[in-house]
Amino acid sequence: MLMMLIRRIMLGIVTVSLVSLIIFAGVEILPGDACTQYLGEYQADDELLAQCRKDLDLNRPALERFQEWAGGAVTGDLGTAVDGKTKISTIVGDRLKNSLLLAFCAMIVGVPLALLLGVITGLWRDRKPDLIASTLAIFAMTIPEFVSATLLILIFSIWLGWLPGIVLTSASAPASEFFPEILLPVIVLSLVMCAHIMRMVRSSVIEVMESDYVQMATLKGVPYWRMVFSHALPNALLPAINVVALTIAWLLGGVVVIEVVFNYPGLGRLMIDSISDRDLPVVQSIALIVASIYVCVNLAADLLTMLANPKLRTIYTRK
Amino acid sequence: MAATTATSMVSGNRVVTVLKDLASRPSGAIGLTLVIFHVALALVSPYIVPFDYKLQNSSLMLTGPDAVHWLGADHLGRDVFSRTLMGGREALLVTGVATPLAVIWGGFIGILFGLVGGRLDEVLMRVVDAFLSLPWILKMLVLIVTFGTGVEVLIPTLAFFYGIPVIRIARAATHDVIARDFVWAAKARGHSRISIIWRELLPNVLDTLMVEGAMRWSWMLLAFSSLSFLGFGVSPPTPDWGLMISDARGFMSFAPWGVIGPVIALSSLIIGINLTADALAKALGIDRAQKAPM
Repeated sequence: MLMMLIRRIMLGIVTVSLVSLIIFAGVEILPGDACTQYLGEYQADDELLAQCRKDLDLNRPALERFQEWAGGAVTGDLGTAVDGKTKISTIVGDRLKNSLLLAFCAMIVGVPLALLLGVITGLWRDRKPDLIASTLAIFAMTIPEFVSATLLILIFSIWLGWLPGIVLTSASAPASEFFPEILLPVIVLSLVMCAHIMRMVRSSVIEVMESDYVQMATLKGVPYWRMVFSHALPNALLPAINVVALTIAWLLGGVVVIEVVFNYPGLGRLMIDSISDRDLPVVQSIALIVASIYVCVNLAADLLTMLANPKLRTIYTRK
Repeated sequence: MAATTATSMVSGNRVVTVLKDLASRPSGAIGLTLVIFHVALALVSPYIVPFDYKLQNSSLMLTGPDAVHWLGADHLGRDVFSRTLMGGREALLVTGVATPLAVIWGGFIGILFGLVGGRLDEVLMRVVDAFLSLPWILKMLVLIVTFGTGVEVLIPTLAFFYGIPVIRIARAATHDVIARDFVWAAKARGHSRISIIWRELLPNVLDTLMVEGAMRWSWMLLAFSSLSFLGFGVSPPTPDWGLMISDARGFMSFAPWGVIGPVIALSSLIIGINLTADALAKALGIDRAQKAPM
């Protein structure tokens, strides 16, 4: 068990290191650098270019700069943005906080709802509640987020006027000021994640309900609901941990489109803006943060699954 | 244990059987109809649209639907109906080429490393993990911002990044097959790796790859239209649903018709592909619901 734990954590560290290497190498290989971008039309001036590269330390070998950047990142120092003054950790910090807020709200709404719907649709498979919920889930999963977001703004904010359709709060404002502007983005996000998790839970419930031990329990005369709660659900909900983890990672790194639609000042929009501006140091930092979150969340999910599932536990002890 | 070979797997009979099974399921029938409709529309739309997609008429600016302009006009006075009919062409072209490319390269690498195994396989999987842990939009935007937004950039970019998760799927599917008798037999007969991949592994992994490809197609379409929506995809004045929605969004409060046409078109295509993929998975006997998104 302990060996397994250590192995998994080591693998996570290897993955994050690889990510940082890929990001850094990618930025190095692509044509142009921070200076050609910063200077824009003045980049033809060799003297300015040379001066800028010297200021930003771009003349040193890539490997040396990588060591310095990666070393700083470990201690939480992400360096400075392309203007050479603003600390990246301050820019990114506010945005990360906002993204966490959005993800947290979407999870509180989405995860319990998804589990509930997944169990209901799984138990009443192919009956009315299942057919309705499963059809709606296909819509929620497949329709692009910007489409559902646009439709919800049209309905709830323009036609009905119930909720604000756009976020006007500044990035550094405290969390409480994002209400009620945050509600529509939260609804869209929780719809999408709810659909994914629900489908997963549904198929897992169906599988467990058809398994031998559940049929055995039924034949032995265990009351239906007791069988569901004490035999079926604990096993059926285990695989949900991994899907929830993937969804959390997605919420923290991939909701660029939603943030753009609602003008929400999160990590995703910062990512797009800094890619457009080719503010590469910021892009590198965001990529590293998001990848680390992804690895950590997945690691946590695997460990949770291991702890919750006695079968897996013994397999790993024997290894 | 029947070792089906590549030739018999893709033979006419099986394709017909699977297609029949597909069409007999409600989701498959609806999905196929939607997909075929959109592909046909993309092919013929330039010849049937009532108006030129780039014709601007300032007197029509943001006017509502009427008998001549069925879906009204956009902020530049262009006919929304004509633009909606043509709005899927670029998306279908790019994703239609990029999806097979992604499945082929990802599938080949996945099967190869699944067969070879060992250290190299371990290293490759870490690299795959590393790529998967980065948000898709970041990876793509970095390339697109550097090299431009043309079709010749979008196709390889999408094909490359969407092939990476296919590696994983193909590798896992290969592992399921590789321990079976006929693979051992082929190895014992001294067949080369390429021959084992082509004759023993590929036919047994093909079903998984097909379903995976159908799913990738819908995700790729999602990614493509999101990129267009964000302004990194198709360049104006080419009509594209993502771009049209993004343009018309600002006028949504008083001219919602600019949004509704492309919204319905894009959604129906993506839903169609998803339904088809779902039905295909069931027809081929692969449970897709167990797999996590992206």
